[in-house]
Amino acid sequence: MIELDGVGRSFTVRQGPRWRRRGGPRVVHAVRDLSFHVAAGEFVGYLGPNGAGKSTTIKMLTGILAPTSGRIQVAGLDPSRRRAVLARRIGVVFGQRTTLWWDLPLRDSFHLVRHLYKVDRTVHAARLAELCEVLELGGFLDTPVRQLSLGQRVRGDIAAALLHDPAVLVLDEPTIGLDVVSKAAVREFLRTLNAERGTTVLLTTHDLGDIERLCRRVMLIDHGRLAFDGTVDELRATAPGETSIEDVVTRLYTRPSPS
Amino acid sequence: MTDLVRTYVLLAYTWVRAAAQYPVSLAITTVAAFLVTALDVAAIAVIFTHTRSLAGFTLLEVMFLYGTAGLSFAIADLLFGNVDRLSQHVRAGTFDAMLIRPASPFVQMAVERFAFHRVGRIAQAGVVLAIALPGLEVPWRRAWMIPVMVVCGIVIFTALWTLGGALQFLLTDAPEVANAFTYGGGQLTQYPLSVYGDDLVRGVTFIVPLAFVNWQPALYVLGRPDPLGLPHLLRFLSPAAALALACVAALAWRAGLRRYRSTGS
Repeated sequence: MIELDGVGRSFTVRQGPRWRRRGGPRVVHAVRDLSFHVAAGEFVGYLGPNGAGKSTTIKMLTGILAPTSGRIQVAGLDPSRRRAVLARRIGVVFGQRTTLWWDLPLRDSFHLVRHLYKVDRTVHAARLAELCEVLELGGFLDTPVRQLSLGQRVRGDIAAALLHDPAVLVLDEPTIGLDVVSKAAVREFLRTLNAERGTTVLLTTHDLGDIERLCRRVMLIDHGRLAFDGTVDELRATAPGETSIEDVVTRLYTRPSPS
Repeated sequence: MTDLVRTYVLLAYTWVRAAAQYPVSLAITTVAAFLVTALDVAAIAVIFTHTRSLAGFTLLEVMFLYGTAGLSFAIADLLFGNVDRLSQHVRAGTFDAMLIRPASPFVQMAVERFAFHRVGRIAQAGVVLAIALPGLEVPWRRAWMIPVMVVCGIVIFTALWTLGGALQFLLTDAPEVANAFTYGGGQLTQYPLSVYGDDLVRGVTFIVPLAFVNWQPALYVLGRPDPLGLPHLLRFLSPAAALALACVAALAWRAGLRRYRSTGS
């Protein structure tokens, strides 16, 4: 469902104003030579320290950024070239920012989503009713998005990303800043979505509780390369002396860079 | 193409409906847009209390130039003026959100917070034109150019905004650069270009084609010789100039979108 082969993305960073620049521009490799496959129906956690290249990967998967090298296929499409077609097949949630219309009531956002994604009216109504019930959106459908609490907004975002019933759901830190109750609700929802509808889920997070409770498979990216790919148990086995998953991941994050 | 129009109308309707939740505010901002731009005409009227003509043009002729340029500018501003907010969207991360939807990011950005009150400016320019036209007694065989020039003007201003937006893919820190051409151009074309220096007129004829918004076609409509003695053919070239600029703008936008780098989170 998701295939990356030797994908790299570099950014050219200009250093200071032109007249004071010494040497050439600096090239930063956010992601280098990244390859992995995710099969349909998998639930994959994507871990990595800040600046490791997680968000860059997500942006390449969704077609926001074009890779500078390598090949990407998501749901059978090259994301950056077929962005609009791909958009109908994937759902995207950014935990740190909303994809809803900030000044419009939640209901209007859902209405717009139906038209933009060309979802049939009756299908949309049924799906919306279902999502409203499971994600408990009923109480604030008529509130402008800017007035929603973070937990309400994230649930609204997740609903909006799933209204067109995508085959793949990509989430960038969906549980960031949520309280334990909201977190549990979001986790339970994602777990059921994956188990019952077979939606392929890829999520990035810094919350290891997400990983332990949800993900059968964990991928860890560091310095733009894949540093680990396996099950949660295999992740634990990389550091037999450590008891908590936090310590295991800390050890993986802090080991010296391979290059 | 129909898909783009459909998306535009759908989003614009949603924004207008949201703005209509506050009808008094909507009415006041619309009337204010009408009145503020009416001050421009007051300025023209003041000039004409001191002189009978401006660079050889009468009050009615200047009002004709003002009305056609104002109409083009105000319609382009209403429909596509928001395109120059690209750098704000990039910085706020909202541009990423537009890219993950199955709709043109250009249309989504143009219609974001659709500013219905700008209709007030369209109405004002329309009123000025309606006052000027009967007095000018333009013969029918030349009047066909009036709608043509307004449409070409809309295309030219839209293309300038698009170029300004495309430029912001490169210069996220300098969104105002393009305003010199869009808002500046809107102001510039309100007067007969011959009041400005010859070099400026040549510049806006052959480099940034603002002269084709209303100046060259208006010379035809008004049956005037070109004060600079430029070729007579130029008066009919507004559609060609508008099309060429639109193509340049579309290419620049595509190139900019390919180079888009997003932000760091």
